[in-house]
Amino acid sequence: MTLHQSASSTTATDTVTAQLLSVENLDVEFRTRSGTVKALEAVSFAINPGETVGIVGESGSGKSVTAFTLMGVLDRAGKVANGKALFQTDRVAVDLLREPESSLRQLRGKELSMIFQNPRTALNPIRKVGKQITDVLRCHTDLSGDALRDRAIEMLASVRIPDPEQRYDAYPYELSGGLCQRIMIAIALACAPKLLIADEPTTGLDVTTQATVMNLIKDLATQQQMAAILITHDLALASEYCDRIVVMHAGHVVESAPTHSLFRAPRHPYTAKLIAATPEPHKAFADLIPIAGNLPDLKATTIPPCRFSQRCDRYEPALCDQAPLTRQQPVPEHHVACWKPLE
Amino acid sequence: MTSLTDLPSQTVPLLQVSDLCKTFPIGKGTSLHAVDHVSFDIRPGESVGLVGESGCGKSTLIRVITRLLDVTSGTIQFDDTILSTVAVRQFPKSPHRKGIQLVFQDPTDSLNPRFTAYDTITEPIKRLEGGHNKAQLQARAAELADLVGLPQELLSRFPHQLSGGQKARVGIARAIALNPKLLVLDEPTSALDVSVQAVILHLLADLKERLGMSYLFVSHDLNVVRLLCDRILVMYLGKIIESGPVEQVFNHPRHPYTEALISAIPSFEAKPHPIPLTGEPRSPINPNPNVCRLYGRCPKGEDKCQQVMPTLKEVAPNHWAACHFHN
Repeated sequence: MTLHQSASSTTATDTVTAQLLSVENLDVEFRTRSGTVKALEAVSFAINPGETVGIVGESGSGKSVTAFTLMGVLDRAGKVANGKALFQTDRVAVDLLREPESSLRQLRGKELSMIFQNPRTALNPIRKVGKQITDVLRCHTDLSGDALRDRAIEMLASVRIPDPEQRYDAYPYELSGGLCQRIMIAIALACAPKLLIADEPTTGLDVTTQATVMNLIKDLATQQQMAAILITHDLALASEYCDRIVVMHAGHVVESAPTHSLFRAPRHPYTAKLIAATPEPHKAFADLIPIAGNLPDLKATTIPPCRFSQRCDRYEPALCDQAPLTRQQPVPEHHVACWKPLE
Repeated sequence: MTSLTDLPSQTVPLLQVSDLCKTFPIGKGTSLHAVDHVSFDIRPGESVGLVGESGCGKSTLIRVITRLLDVTSGTIQFDDTILSTVAVRQFPKSPHRKGIQLVFQDPTDSLNPRFTAYDTITEPIKRLEGGHNKAQLQARAAELADLVGLPQELLSRFPHQLSGGQKARVGIARAIALNPKLLVLDEPTSALDVSVQAVILHLLADLKERLGMSYLFVSHDLNVVRLLCDRILVMYLGKIIESGPVEQVFNHPRHPYTEALISAIPSFEAKPHPIPLTGEPRSPINPNPNVCRLYGRCPKGEDKCQQVMPTLKEVAPNHWAACHFHN
């Protein structure tokens, strides 16, 4: 995890690094008719090989923008203003933000892939699902003809789709939401990527289907030693499946810590409030506490340096009016961006 | 809220659904059984949660109850009147139309984009009560906005100028505008962030207390149902397979499906591994009436389950389950 050591360690990254992905000081802006939206500011985090990291936060906190930026599929209005995203391929570390489109195409689907929130809109509605898997294989492997089909059927079986041979010829509309999401997973994992970015993979699915899909991702990640980024607004879900959690608020990373440490002792007031607002088994109704206020307007010319300060009940005028960039480390691996963290 | 669970059983139910069926013909003598012999009741002031996976018939059931769909067979009795015989087209003229209102799932899609919040909230009053002048309508809209915590200056805004939480409040204000006796909530918080969801849940609990409505709360988020409801109905492929007081069903589920559903709820606490439901649900098209609907996915399934359809049995006071192995 490099939140504040990043400055000192950047020189060493080119030679040797254990990290699969290291995002440093990422700034992303969107130019709109009514002004520039500073969607991400100084976002830094790192992923180790084989690790599952959750990115959590409310809508508008920049979770999906982070994912789209890493995949190089950001909307045209979006612009990376600053930052690096070093991704360790077999041979070299490449900066995903500066790589030309042609070499990104070589990486996407092979070294890093993504699964999207709504499988029905992400899949091609007029192409058989089996063909959509072979498309990826044709791009990144030497397979052809029957070998392609066999490999696609093998993938369908590996995501535990019943009757994979028949389902190869199915169209997305013929399958349930859970099955469509499994097809997406099969496409994403067809070339055994090193990193999977899952953007709200189970939103809109039932709890039972959600458990099946998440267990499947977890099992396959373990088998293939694949790292994963799970983007979700469901803290409880992240707590069950992630090794580490990065909490985002209004385009800032406010806290990042190993899962058990984060839930046992959240340090950032926002994390504590998110946990208090999440309904849970055995939690009384009176203990369900809403978070007051809204995200700050990211289009404004002056955004408060601590973007949570207007919603925070620990706000202290002079102290909290400076950017909380000095990351403190209450316990190892637990980073928090706050002037007055909770004890 | 808890005191309502102890209501004497002789209280006349507000809504009584008995043996309700809804099938959709899909050609060549086949039909899809969306709601299959469902019976339950809701007492005045009670909140009932309806849970189940997508495709189990929750939405069809509420559309039949709110009289947006005709009944295939069975009866719906609302407040001493049989509503199931009223045709869908006649229902808007029924005096009971005001008594049953709906809050929809997506606060954006369920508001007319060309209506201001004021238009949306006063529309049911104009349609179903009528005879109000402008000043009266404005006073009612202001009162309703206060009730749901919507700042009055937002009444002149269009949906795209409101946040998700504010749109949810407009949807709720519209539904309670006519003081309904029964409010049907179709996943009212599933499109909202946790921070906003908590606000809306508190609002709903508060409104229920102040206005004395009954709730039929449909959701697949069991944590939310647990917080807001007194009683819970669990539905699987068109049938109610378990019902009972909410805490009891949560702590001692008797049906294997309910058990799997509860074990799959994500939580911060360490807990035993979820009970897996393998395979896909059975087809709801011309289902065999003698085979348990969960057979094939159920970890307890035995031969008996494909010969005799289990019926609801009272396994504890007010707690019913439809399983041969409910112990």
